[in-house]
Amino acid sequence: MTDLADSTASAATTTVPAREPLLKVEGLTKHFPVRSGGWGKASVVRAVENVSFEVRPGETLGLVGESGCGKTTTGRMLVRLLEPTSGKITFEGEDITRTKGAKLRKLRQDIQIIFQDPYASLNPRHTVGRIVAMPLQVNGIEPPGGVKKRVQELLETVGLNPEHYNRYPHEFSGGQRQRIGIARALALKPKLIVADEPVSALDVSIQAQVVNLLRQLQRDLGLSFVFIAHDLAVVRHFCERIAVMYLGRMVEIGTREQIYEKPAHPYTRALLSAVPDVTRLGSASRIKLEGDVPSPIDPPSGCVFHTRCWKAQEKCSAEAPKLLPNPNGSTSACHFPETGKLF
Amino acid sequence: MSNTPAAADSRSPGTEDTAVAVLQPDTTAAKAFVGRSPGQLAWLRLKRDRTAFGSAITVAVFILVALLAPVISRLYGMTPTAGFSDKLNFEGLPVGYLGGISGEHWLGLEAGSGRDLFMQLIFGLRTSLIIAFAAAIISIALGVVVGIVSGYFGGWVDQALTWLTDFMLAFPFLVFALAIIPIINTALYDVGEEVPGSFRITVIIAVFALFGWMTTARLVRGQVLSLREREYVEAARAAGAGSAHILFKQLLPNIWAPILVAFSLALPGFIAAEAALSFLNIGVVEPTPDLGRLVYYGRQWLGTPDWAYFMIPATAVFVVVLAFNLLGDSLRDALDPKAGK
Ligand SMILES: Nc1ncnc2c1ncn2[C@@H]1O[C@H](COP(=O)(O)OP(=O)(O)OP(=O)(O)O)[C@@H](O)[C@H]1O
Ligand code: SF4
Ligand SMILES: [Mg+2]
Repeated sequence: MTDLADSTASAATTTVPAREPLLKVEGLTKHFPVRSGGWGKASVVRAVENVSFEVRPGETLGLVGESGCGKTTTGRMLVRLLEPTSGKITFEGEDITRTKGAKLRKLRQDIQIIFQDPYASLNPRHTVGRIVAMPLQVNGIEPPGGVKKRVQELLETVGLNPEHYNRYPHEFSGGQRQRIGIARALALKPKLIVADEPVSALDVSIQAQVVNLLRQLQRDLGLSFVFIAHDLAVVRHFCERIAVMYLGRMVEIGTREQIYEKPAHPYTRALLSAVPDVTRLGSASRIKLEGDVPSPIDPPSGCVFHTRCWKAQEKCSAEAPKLLPNPNGSTSACHFPETGKLF
Repeated sequence: MSNTPAAADSRSPGTEDTAVAVLQPDTTAAKAFVGRSPGQLAWLRLKRDRTAFGSAITVAVFILVALLAPVISRLYGMTPTAGFSDKLNFEGLPVGYLGGISGEHWLGLEAGSGRDLFMQLIFGLRTSLIIAFAAAIISIALGVVVGIVSGYFGGWVDQALTWLTDFMLAFPFLVFALAIIPIINTALYDVGEEVPGSFRITVIIAVFALFGWMTTARLVRGQVLSLREREYVEAARAAGAGSAHILFKQLLPNIWAPILVAFSLALPGFIAAEAALSFLNIGVVEPTPDLGRLVYYGRQWLGTPDWAYFMIPATAVFVVVLAFNLLGDSLRDALDPKAGK
């Protein structure tokens, strides 16, 4: 095996501009109406606000942000488990925002999801074989050679013993369960997989293996990924492009080099300083963000990050910054973006 | 480069994980060679439970006796309705001790009518169990449907069904039964006309079912509400599964355990309620044999030296209800080991 980090890096620079987007998201917004208490006043959780990005065929996009910033909500809208409040999702040039019925079923075969919790994502009453075969079954697909053969192939693909198809989920470890979830997502031969923090619930020693498996699948099967993570460490060697979210908004998006070497947004920089192996960083330059993430029910005015930003000035609370290209090449939403080399 | 994926680059993906997979059978091989479903595990727990064993045997004997009542009657050589007034004294009490227990009449005779008590008892048990099983099956089925619809579809459907459930729960069952059962019976049959026993039984089953589904509905609704957000349900939805698949293939297998427990606990409830109705004389009437009515008749002879005639049917009702309750409890413990005892 060659150095994977290098090979994917060169792939990113050579092929990115040529590809047409597989998935295009424009102004995606999700508001959850909520009520505080039985008779409390109705309010709105602004879980995702005006998010736009693209994923090209075979590309891996990282979606990164702290807990509660709307990553899962975004991912669920992409796989159509949640209806967007507004915005547009285009897949292979077709508007799929409100697709319904038979067309939606067809579409679901192309976009699959891997979940965060390896325990809640497998039905405890079903055997592994049934779990992995479920997508085939509900779509009435009879693979050549039979369902069992296909299931065993899939189990082998994800590095599990194909003879274990009649075992139950509780007999597997967390990492193995996550592999079962991956096999299920692969059953319909999707083009895009939304992986919602697929390794966050796993032991650190197992995380690398599962990420490696995903990377291998991505190359072997030409899959595109939207890879959700809550820190920049995990996506580092997996994603060609990275989008950083804060409080439902996209604050910066750029290639891996742009994000890791010259982050423009203060929030990206703060996230990056938490990555243990950003080598040029001494421990002194670790940026500790003060305070908690504000409530998405009542987000701060202007730049939503201003309550925690060490560079905040008057303009920041008055005026929301627009997503604009930076000198470093990435696109970020900040009135006073970082310039030049980092650290 | 400690916590990063690149650290594992030199290894092929999954080596350690598959190593675990290979190792795992070693630790479990002693106990199991193939996958054990949660149901099989529950069965193992149930087999180790002595109360469950005892009550299961008792319940099985009662059910068997009730099912085989006609066969037993033939072997025993008596029908439940045949009277032996020649074996009663001038007061109408059976001759002999303990209600006239003898080799011929194992549990003695019924005071007054002189019918064989053993026959009355097993045919009465048959009536009680038929009513209880039918009522339990219908009411649990109703409860499951209402609970699933209300939990899964939510919105105004849920609100309406929840309101209906609360409304029905607030209804005083016994008062309603006292009022409605005679009305139904007289409304459909003219005065003086004989109301057939089967019709009376049907009415009782219907009334039980009507008042028995609410707790199940609540239980199932709660279960569905918590399960429908599970990621495996989302995975099925994301794969294109329809509501039928999600309800019957994904959700139902996970709620059959509480449903089974609800069913096994509903049975003794209905047996007791049926006995109570008969005791109040609005249940099954002559000539259909019935446990509750046996107790009711026996009560009149409590003051006499011969209390056996009251004690025997009362004990039978008590033992049946207790055995079913204990079995239901054991079942719950086996199916949900985490639930408090
Ligand atoms: N169904 C819902 N109703 C109301 N609010 C919701 C709902 N789902 C999510 N939210 C809120 O939306 C916000 C974004 O949630 P989301 O789960 O997308 O965050 P996340 O980035 O995935 O976080 P995590 O890292 O914890 O998974 C949170 O504040 C959450 O409380
Ligand atoms: S706009 Fe202001 S508050 Fe927001 S990130 Fe930039 S500097 Fe910080
Ligand atoms: Mg999440």
